[in-house]
Amino acid sequence: MFAAAAIAILITMALALLRAFIGPTLYDRILAVNMFGTKTVLIIAVLGFLMGRPDFLDIALVYALINFIGVIALLKYFKYGNLAIGPGEDSDDDVPDGAAPPSSTKETGK
Amino acid sequence: MMDQVVTVLSWASLLGGSFFLLVGAIGVLGLPDLYTRSHAAGITDTMGAMLILGGLMLQGGFTLVTAKLVMILLFLLFTSPAASHALGNTAWSSGLKPILDDDPPVKQSKETDGRD
Repeated sequence: MFAAAAIAILITMALALLRAFIGPTLYDRILAVNMFGTKTVLIIAVLGFLMGRPDFLDIALVYALINFIGVIALLKYFKYGNLAIGPGEDSDDDVPDGAAPPSSTKETGK
Repeated sequence: MMDQVVTVLSWASLLGGSFFLLVGAIGVLGLPDLYTRSHAAGITDTMGAMLILGGLMLQGGFTLVTAKLVMILLFLLFTSPAASHALGNTAWSSGLKPILDDDPPVKQSKETDGRD
């Protein structure tokens, strides 16, 4: 029964990869990659039970954390073009108060 | 007796989770728009993950394994809506419009105003 669930998760991952390849926009690809990461967490858990070694769940937990942070960082980069921008800033090229983007350091000559 | 009931419940939960995963995957491939595809991905993130991890919890019993599965499920249930909202917000603010039900006739009527 674990094998059936694993096969279903693998089929889902394959279809998500297909959407990531043929996705017409960037956001379709990001959606597919996010879905692929979530299904990776599930298949690590199921494979741990399938092989009789549920110690893999630590890896699944870490992978869930990394997947979320990665997707959020990717979306922030594609929305603002800059990972060092603050939450209250616009998407313009304004220099944030706390962090200095690389363009401002180039302007000051450093 | 109780073991058999728990085993049957966990099998049913795993099979139901697999069904929802396949439904969501077919929806991600087949639906026409980013926002509808996000809905299909949300099905796999909620029903699929909940049913499959619930089935694994029933197999695990009251052990540390079940505690880890609960942590994974709680984390997925918190992060999946956040990631979906960030994706939809980014796509919307970048100018990606959803395909509405009224849109194609309106656009066609605007385009065919000269012909009509």
